[in-house]
Parts: sequence; C-alpha cells; structure tokens
Amino acid sequence: MSKILILAQHDGSSINQGTSKAVTAAQQIQGASIDLVVFADDVSTIATKASKLAGVNTVHAVTTSNENWKLAQGIAPKIAELSANYSHVFGPSTTFGKDVMPCVAALLGQNQISDIMQVIDATTFKRPIYAGNAVISVSSNHDKIVATIRTASFKTGDMTSGSANIENHSIENTQTDTKFISLQAGNSERPDLQTAPKVISGGRGIGSEENFELMYKLADKIGAATGASRAAVDAGYCPNEMQVGQTGKIIAPDLYMSFGISGAIQHLTGIKDAGTIVAINKDADAPIYEVADIGLVGDLFKIVPELMEKL
Amino acid sequence: MKILVAIKRVVDFNVRVQVKPDGSGVATDGVKMSINPFDEIAIEEALRIKEAGKADEIVVVTIGVNDAQQQLRTALAMGADRAILVESESEIQSLKAAHSLLHIVEKEQPGLVIMGKQAIDDDNNQTPQMLATLWKRPQATFVSKLEINEDKALATREIDAGLETIEIKLPALVSTDLRLNEPRFVKLPDIMKAKRKPLDVINIDETVAGFDDKELSIENYESPQPRQKGVMVDSVDELVAALKEKGLV
Ligand SMILES: Cc1cc2nc3c(=O)[nH]c(=O)nc-3n(C[C@H](O)[C@H](O)[C@H](O)COP(=O)(O)OP(=O)(O)OC[C@H]3O[C@@H](n4cnc5c(N)ncnc54)[C@H](O)[C@@H]3O)c2cc1C
Repeated sequence: MSKILILAQHDGSSINQGTSKAVTAAQQIQGASIDLVVFADDVSTIATKASKLAGVNTVHAVTTSNENWKLAQGIAPKIAELSANYSHVFGPSTTFGKDVMPCVAALLGQNQISDIMQVIDATTFKRPIYAGNAVISVSSNHDKIVATIRTASFKTGDMTSGSANIENHSIENTQTDTKFISLQAGNSERPDLQTAPKVISGGRGIGSEENFELMYKLADKIGAATGASRAAVDAGYCPNEMQVGQTGKIIAPDLYMSFGISGAIQHLTGIKDAGTIVAINKDADAPIYEVADIGLVGDLFKIVPELMEKL
Repeated sequence: MKILVAIKRVVDFNVRVQVKPDGSGVATDGVKMSINPFDEIAIEEALRIKEAGKADEIVVVTIGVNDAQQQLRTALAMGADRAILVESESEIQSLKAAHSLLHIVEKEQPGLVIMGKQAIDDDNNQTPQMLATLWKRPQATFVSKLEINEDKALATREIDAGLETIEIKLPALVSTDLRLNEPRFVKLPDIMKAKRKPLDVINIDETVAGFDDKELSIENYESPQPRQKGVMVDSVDELVAALKEKGLV
C-alpha cells in the first residue's frame, strides 16, 4: 500500500492551494494513505489549518526557529527523516517545493520526478519536458518516490472539512549557515495569479510600465489576476512574480486573456491548461493564435479601452 | 576565491523539438546545440564577480558527450580560465550528475558554485539543490541578484510571492534565474585565445566510484495534447459576445 507524505506550503497565515493540489494527485494513487508535514516557528495555528485538508490522516507539525521553515536547508533533513515510514514524498511544484524537494531526494539517495502532470499508477507518472514540447512517462522501481506535483494539472480539493490528527515534532540541530533576511512581496490586492479563475496578461506590446496600468484596470474590472510575459518583466513593466511560462508560473485559469504577447513556446507552456485562451495582437501571424480559442487581431491600445466599456 | 560553474549542452532554445514517431525519444539529429541559457547566465555572473576582484579563478565543468567540448570552449571564450569535461556517452540523471559534480567540487574546493536553475531539455530543476545537499553547504536557488561580501553572500531569489533575500555562508551554491544578468557575446579574438586555455577530459566512472544509481525509467515519449482549433473574431463586440456565451464574463 502507498503511504504518501506531502510537504505543506504556507505563508505564515494560510495553506497554499498547491498543497491541496498535491493531495488531489496523491488521492489518484489507489488505496493511498496521505499525511502532511508542515513547518513553522509557531506551528500550531498553521497545523490546525493543515488538518482541515480533506483526505489527510496525520499532520506532522514541526516547530522551527529563526524562520528556518522558509529555507530548504532548514527543513529538508527533517522531511527525509520523517519519510522513513513512507513510500512517496510529494511537494507542490511551486518555487518552495522546487527548492526543497531535490534536497530531500538527495538525502534519500533518490532521483526526483519533477512536475508530475498525470498519475498513471503508484509508480508511473507523466511529466512535461522541453518546455512542454514532449511528455514522458516515468516510472520508478526503487524503495521511495520523491516528486513534485505540477499544480496546474490538478484541482484544489476540500480544504475546510478535514479532521486530521496533529503530531508534534521539533528540529534538534538548527542550521545557521543560511539565513532568511526579507521578502519583498508583490501586490496582494488582486487575486493570486496561481489560483485565479481569470487572468489578464500583458507582453512587450504594452510598451511601458505606465501603459501596464491598462492591464491592471481591465483586470480589476473583471476581477482577474494579472500576468505577463518574460519580455514585459525583463523590460521592467511589471514585477517578476507576474511572469507566466516555462520559467515563471504555470497556470490553469478558466480564462486567460493575453495582450501584446507573441506566444513563444516558453510562454505557451505556462498557459496550455487554461480553459479559454483569448489572444489580442496586432500581428495576425503571431504564434499565440495557434493556441488561442478566441483571437482578435488589432491594436491593443484601441481594443482595451473598448473592452473596458463593453465588459 | 575559486568559482566553479557547471554547464550543460542542450538543444538550442529556438528549436521546437519533435517527438520521434516511435515514441523512443525526441529528434535531436542535426539539431543546433548550445549552452543551456541559464548556465550562460551562471558563467556571466562568475565573470562579473572575478572582474570585481572578488574571485581569482573560474573553472567551468560539464558532464556530457565529447562534443560538449564546444560548449566548454564557448565558456572559455567568454572568459573562464579552465575547463573540465566529465565524459559520459550515455545520458545520466540528476542524482548521478550531482554525485559526479560533488567529486569535482571536492577536488577543486571552490568558494562558490554557480549553476543554471534548470536545463531546458529535461526541465528538472534538481541538480543544483542535490549538489548543495551532498556537499552539505547552503544553497540559494533562482537567484536574480548576488552580492559577495567576504565569507558571505546576499542572494535575492525570484519566488512565487515576490523577491526573497537570504544570506548564505560561503562556500555555497547558487542557481541562476533569468534576470541575474545578460550574458556577453563572445568576440572572435577571444575564441582564438580560448583554444589555448586548458581543457581536461576525464571519464564519468572516475567521478562516481561507489555510487549506487537509482535510475528512473523513461517508458515513453509522446507529443502533448494539442488544443482544439479556436475561432477568430472581427470586433470587440464579437469578442464580448463569445466570452458571454461561454459564461466567462
Ligand atoms: C530559457 C528561457 C526561458 C524563458 N522563459 C520564459 C517564460 O517563463 N515566460 C515567457 O513569457 N517567456 C519566456 N522566455 C522568453 C520567450 O522566448 C519570449 O522571448 C517572450 O515570451 C516574448 O515575450 P512577448 O511575447 O511579450 O514579446 P514579443 O515576442 O516581442 O512579442 C510582442 C508582441 O506584441 C505585439 N504587439 C506590439 N504592439 C502591439 C499593439 N499595440 N497591439 C497589439 N499587439 C502588439 C507584437 O505583434 C508581438 O507579437 C524564455 C526564454 C528563454 C531562452
């Protein structure tokens, strides 16, 4: 039988939905029993929230110090230690999970299966490679499977009605070679890009940081999150956490509306799972139209104001 | 301080790779190969640290086929001092790569190891973290700004929530994100000069003695599911109507 330990992610006050998506993936393994591990300096409140995820039996609540819960080196050894009784160790494929899980894999002497997009059975999984240009089936016949779960491929489950047991742990030897200094967090007034049902996204075609206001206004009009291409972030039109794509966020909103984005493969891999993709570009031959469900060719500076009026 | 930069030879990012019809892999014959873009950024960062007087030697290493010497020569032309090819005719997975690199790290004793955060072929994003763990040294992954202050480094990381700054004690490992820097172009005279720089070749077996590889097996390659063909509309009115019909606005 599969016993699965999942690394829970949180920001100090709430559990990240990526955790729930990892639980959803784990539930697709027949007969799996699922536990979580959560780390925090003051762990009890967040552990209680973690215990509400439906389908989870036990939450291992680990107390850390000096904000070590944010650091891979601060938590990976404990995850590896706890995983002794498990067949699988999963984490969400967020920057947090990507940072920590390979450390766990190395401590356990295993290769990691990154970005699982589909569960075939307890030991076989599908994952994308080459910016999503190919999909491989990977299997492991070793004692332990360490993996990250591609959050855009799985649904958020019930995060409120569970009632898992909480088991308390602590870390004996706290590392001091890595220190958390600060977090410069982005705008929190708009919906979260990774989980929002609607996303308005701008590219190089937007032309400037001032013009990007158009995207924010349109997003606010329809209650959407905002995203961007790498070119727009590199040019300083908007902050890095808005980047969508192979090396940014992989998202799956119901609606993705792109403005002045050409549709490079590295961008498209981040939006392929979106329900409806709308493309607005002045170039009718832009590759974005190959994946768009609805395309409109034209100048975004004329189209956006008109949309504001008519939506 | 010595900086070790680990790079990988990959299919150039401009190539749209295709899965072979028999599902045995992707077609790479005759395809343009380059240094993984993140690794170019790693080389550039090492050069800038050296140019700022905070490092005295840059060693670049790759694990790969004999032809990967081309990518090492490019790194030398950019300004690295010395190169090592760990030759492996077969593809290896991340954990073996990390063990092999650990061997090089133990031999070279760098103060800093810089690597790209992910290779754009496997998109694994694992080897740097695995190497840091095996080396038992701090890691700063997905770094977009790096400041070396004697025996410490201040690293700004691009994370989902924004920009996180951490301090790591050296020796340490850094993995690069795209916005760390813009790599320089190599000039012709540098390519000539690079031909005379030392490039050692060793076999991978010499670097992984006693390592028990737990390889994953890759059973099949397939093309991704194509999206259904969309429609083109001619006006904002039609667009709004289409969105309303789908219940999206
Ligand atoms: C290793 C690597 C990783 C990468 N990772 C990512 C990633 O994660 N995410 C990502 O997005 N990119 C990524 N890229 C970059 C990617 O290859 C493209 O360069 C980038 O996506 C281009 O952004 P863009 O479409 O905004 O800009 P461009 O390609 O320059 O396109 C701008 C578009 O705007 C249109 N336009 C201009 N003016 C107007 C107007 N007034 N009205 C309407 N349309 C207009 C133009 O017709 C054009 O199609 C990566 C690249 C590499 C090498």
